Amino acid sequence: MMFSITVNGRKMPADKGETILSALNRNGIKIPTLCGMKDFTPTGACRLCVVEVEGRERLITACSHPVEEWMVIHTHSPRVLKARKTIIELLLARHPDECLYCVSNLNCELQKLAEELNILERRIRGRKTRIRLDQSGHSVVRELSKCILCSRCVRVCEEIITVNTLDFVNRGQKTHVGTSLDRDFNFTSCINCGQCIIVCPTGALHEKQNIAEVQEYLSNKAYQKVVQYSPAVPSIIAQMLGIKPSRDPESMLNGILRKMGFDKIFLTGFGTDILVEEMSARLEKKMTEGDPGTIYFSACPAWVKYVEQSGDEIQGDLSALKTPQQIIGAIIKSHYAASAGLNPQEIYSVSISPCTAMKFEAARESMTTRGICDVDAVLTVRELAKLIKLYGIDAVATEGDQADWPASLRSSAAVLAEVSGGLTESVMRCTSKKITGNDPGRKPFKSLRGTSSFRETEIETGGKKIKAAVIDGLTGLTKLRESLSAGKQYDLVEVMVCPGGCINGGGMPVPASKEEIRNRARQVYQNEEADPVQMPPSSPAMFNFYMKEVKQNNNVSAEKILNTTFIRRDVLL
Amino acid sequence: MENLKKYLTEKVLLYDRDVLPAETRKVFQTITREKYDYPVVYVSSGTGGIIAGSGKTASAVKSYLEAYSPGASVVNVGCAGPLNYEPFICVQLPGKNKLFFRNITEEKVDTILDGVFHNDLPADELLGQQGTRDYGIWPGVPFMEELPYFAYQKRCVLSNCGCYDPESIEEYIARGGYRTFVKTIRYYTHEEVCSIIEKSGLRGRSGGGFNTGTKWKSALSSGSQARYLICNAKESDPGSFADRTILESDPHRLIEGIAIASYAIGATTAIVYLRAGSKLAEKRITGAIESARDYGIIGHNIFSSGFNLDIIVRSEPGAFVCGEETALIASLEGRRGMPRLKPPYPTISGLMGKPTVINNVETLMNVPLIMQNGPDWFRGMGTEGSKGTKVFALSGKGRYQGVVEVEMGTPLRMLVELLAGGVRDGREFKALMLGGASGFFLNEKLLDTKIDFDEMSLKGFSMGAGGLVIIDETTCLVDTVKYYMNFIHNESCGKCIPCREGTSRMLEILENVIRKPRSEDSLTTLERFKGVMQLQTIATVMKEASLCGLGQTAPNPFISALEKFRDEFEEHIFDRKCRANVCRGLRTFSIDVDKCTGCTVCAVRCPENAIYGTRLQPYFIVEDKCSGCGICLEVCKFSAVIVK
Repeated sequence: MMFSITVNGRKMPADKGETILSALNRNGIKIPTLCGMKDFTPTGACRLCVVEVEGRERLITACSHPVEEWMVIHTHSPRVLKARKTIIELLLARHPDECLYCVSNLNCELQKLAEELNILERRIRGRKTRIRLDQSGHSVVRELSKCILCSRCVRVCEEIITVNTLDFVNRGQKTHVGTSLDRDFNFTSCINCGQCIIVCPTGALHEKQNIAEVQEYLSNKAYQKVVQYSPAVPSIIAQMLGIKPSRDPESMLNGILRKMGFDKIFLTGFGTDILVEEMSARLEKKMTEGDPGTIYFSACPAWVKYVEQSGDEIQGDLSALKTPQQIIGAIIKSHYAASAGLNPQEIYSVSISPCTAMKFEAARESMTTRGICDVDAVLTVRELAKLIKLYGIDAVATEGDQADWPASLRSSAAVLAEVSGGLTESVMRCTSKKITGNDPGRKPFKSLRGTSSFRETEIETGGKKIKAAVIDGLTGLTKLRESLSAGKQYDLVEVMVCPGGCINGGGMPVPASKEEIRNRARQVYQNEEADPVQMPPSSPAMFNFYMKEVKQNNNVSAEKILNTTFIRRDVLL
Repeated sequence: MENLKKYLTEKVLLYDRDVLPAETRKVFQTITREKYDYPVVYVSSGTGGIIAGSGKTASAVKSYLEAYSPGASVVNVGCAGPLNYEPFICVQLPGKNKLFFRNITEEKVDTILDGVFHNDLPADELLGQQGTRDYGIWPGVPFMEELPYFAYQKRCVLSNCGCYDPESIEEYIARGGYRTFVKTIRYYTHEEVCSIIEKSGLRGRSGGGFNTGTKWKSALSSGSQARYLICNAKESDPGSFADRTILESDPHRLIEGIAIASYAIGATTAIVYLRAGSKLAEKRITGAIESARDYGIIGHNIFSSGFNLDIIVRSEPGAFVCGEETALIASLEGRRGMPRLKPPYPTISGLMGKPTVINNVETLMNVPLIMQNGPDWFRGMGTEGSKGTKVFALSGKGRYQGVVEVEMGTPLRMLVELLAGGVRDGREFKALMLGGASGFFLNEKLLDTKIDFDEMSLKGFSMGAGGLVIIDETTCLVDTVKYYMNFIHNESCGKCIPCREGTSRMLEILENVIRKPRSEDSLTTLERFKGVMQLQTIATVMKEASLCGLGQTAPNPFISALEKFRDEFEEHIFDRKCRANVCRGLRTFSIDVDKCTGCTVCAVRCPENAIYGTRLQPYFIVEDKCSGCGICLEVCKFSAVIVK
């Protein structure tokens, strides 16, 4: 039911049931917010969205208050502006003022608000917060002094990721976002997904930066520099650098990486192809043998840590296949090193990933060969963008280039894997082909595509029914458990910790709205359809390199390259 | 015991007519020891009494009575009188009026009891007598109700406090208790109870002043199946202890109030939300709930009325903010005690998302009285907008401290001058702090304000939950405001920015104001002034934009003190002087050359080694080193130390 309200002396339409904020936004009035996130219940903690409603003694928050017909609202009266300005000034009174040295410089909401509210003078002074830096985590670094306690990370960790690592600790001025018993990150249940980084409005949470290290090795002639990047990276980088969509982002990125000084460029997507191939082989074996168990993907490193620390029985059902990044990493340090006549120590292997948990993954003990890491450094997309800036590379003028053999080609399955549900889709197609011998084509699995946190599908192929479930964000796990206890059985379960999949990874540019994620997913589906090679086995790299050289190499067993082991982790839950 | 229980249940609680037969009243007189063949000694045993040593007094009385009069009994009662009279005892001889004595410590017991039993009343400790006016009078002893402390009170809510053994349900029933509840659930519908309370004009006593009946109706009319009643017995303001006293002295009436309120809103679970530190209150209320359950007053299908009720006692996790409704609910649900946004109000969606009514202890204490005496009786007391009485916790520099109850409409001056007996030690009255940590400082002019929700809010303040602190001239207001600000700053939950940051900034600015001038350079002086200029802005923004009541009211002490006592603030800021000589940083000490004998005591005791001199010659204080602690002033036997 529409009615009209008076805002700043003018009539405006408003809908019954919506908040004042959404009514104002729709009518072209911008109200600043700091704690608000779309699709979350408003907490009203930052108080920046306060507006004046005639007849109310106090200012009320626009983000939470339902709009009512009688309301006469002033959104930018002196009283309101004074309150907003003072609130930001109060935050700044204690803020460390390290903007020039901050990761979020020029990408900080607090900075923007201070500019918007025309704060030009330090009117309120306060004792600065003691610097507290927690860099014990593998992926996430916390700088508590920069935290403005908007509680976005707490809510994401609790409501989306459901690991509840972060919460408020202490009271009053001593309040901060802390972990269980206020321990450092490496002791906690953090699964390194990095979703908190995405929502953090300031530089209080950011990934552990490897830029300096990569930079150092890039200038070191003693090493061969090898880089691999995930299929989600090129288009995002192109978007961040403002490249026209008509240009092929992959070849452009190859050119940029070459300019930066990388000797060899590999595609992580080739690892995904191997993963899909191996996974479908296992699924086919399971289906033909009639084994009743469930195979869980272990392609999401955050999910793997979640399983390891939760002590869940699922651990036994994890596929034990490495993540694509680590498969390529292992190939680089074994087959590639041998063919290039290099010691594994002489190769510096970098991976560019949309994921922060990959940093943790690369540092696992099971991901090393004789004490040498398979992947030496993992950069997020954000870090890569910084590195490109640092090296002064003009992307527009950079010529395209090819990736290097053997991991220079990938199938469309690898593209699809960037969206949650994509891996399952590819594996099901491959398995179906293996069982029946017929190519199932590119018909999309409609029930696996979408935004709900728990999606399931069932296909019949060669007289066998394959049931699969996709958990898109850990909130879907409860629904899976409900389904399982209701007697349902699945042959294949894919879990992606970040809702939407790797396209919404913790290493992607901040901030990301839901529409943005949906656009990225749409882009992925389009790319997949446009890609010439569909089935991993039909990719020449798979055919010529993987099948012939990796599988039949007697020096290094394929087992060693493909498989990993899991441990029990005792963390503070 | 079983027989008594059966008798009380059948012949009293379930007795249909209003007036009980004479035979029952006789039984009552035995239970309440009105007609008793042996002496009875009542010892006040609230927290105030226990701190003053009433436990030891009670055992001394017991051992005395064992030797003197074996049939005599000692009864622990709640707290009735001024707290500075604790330990407070009352002796009742057979056929005689009760005699009250004050400050009876362990060692005084023998003399006092000797005196009473041998008709030689000790004059110093004797307060007065209570009882009938025709027989049993102690000649020459004033009646308690004529003492100014009691004469100006109208004790309705507190009428039972200090009169009966709070651990005995029989005594409460014998004093007319629980009959109202039984009558209510048997003869009234939920709506009728709500209407009676609404008609009586009872308004919430925790400060907001919302009509209780209306609140109940809004919860009752919600469609939900489950509803909850929460009795908010968590008072953690510095200087308020009324609820705790009530819980310790009269837990049964509170339970009756809770039970009636639960019936009115159709709640089957009620929760008493206690302050974590109130151990005695917790023990008394839990014991009272147990005995009420034993009597079938709470439980399943109470007296075949079809009404079920369970009362649960819960202790808060120890945070001031948990007194705020939504934070209270969050803490009950096991979450961090942080307030959430309203609407939805708890009456629509509260505990576990169900409609929840949260009432203050005092509000609920009024309920059985209104149900018993009717709404018109209640409307007969008080002013146009505020009916009934109001309980205050008097503390500070008055002559008497304690929990008092006055009729609405009484001027505050009466509380200060008659009930508190004016300022102690003949000092000058300076201010009245009304309403706890986020309350208001009132000056002498405002004392003529009547106790009335509407009149007070017109004048820009509110009575809060009824904490009343009397402040005299020896207290520095800037320092007191800083104390309250520090309290709020520590207790802010940290959720919203205006409260979390605002309280800290205000505290820091106030700290700057009273910091030692000598350790200041020109830049810090400028900053001090800049800070002071911002205080008002921060205070206004906190008031207007904070999330919950804690933040919205946090600047009240500052704003009201600045308004009423501006000169004192200006003295601190501009003249760098504290007129009460309390602020350490602003005190300067010097030694009077004529008076100093050179005894060296001050120099030895000075923690900063700021006092120099030669033995038997006048000493002097190096001001730069002096921290203003004032130890020299305390230790000097010749009054040679001068403070400015």
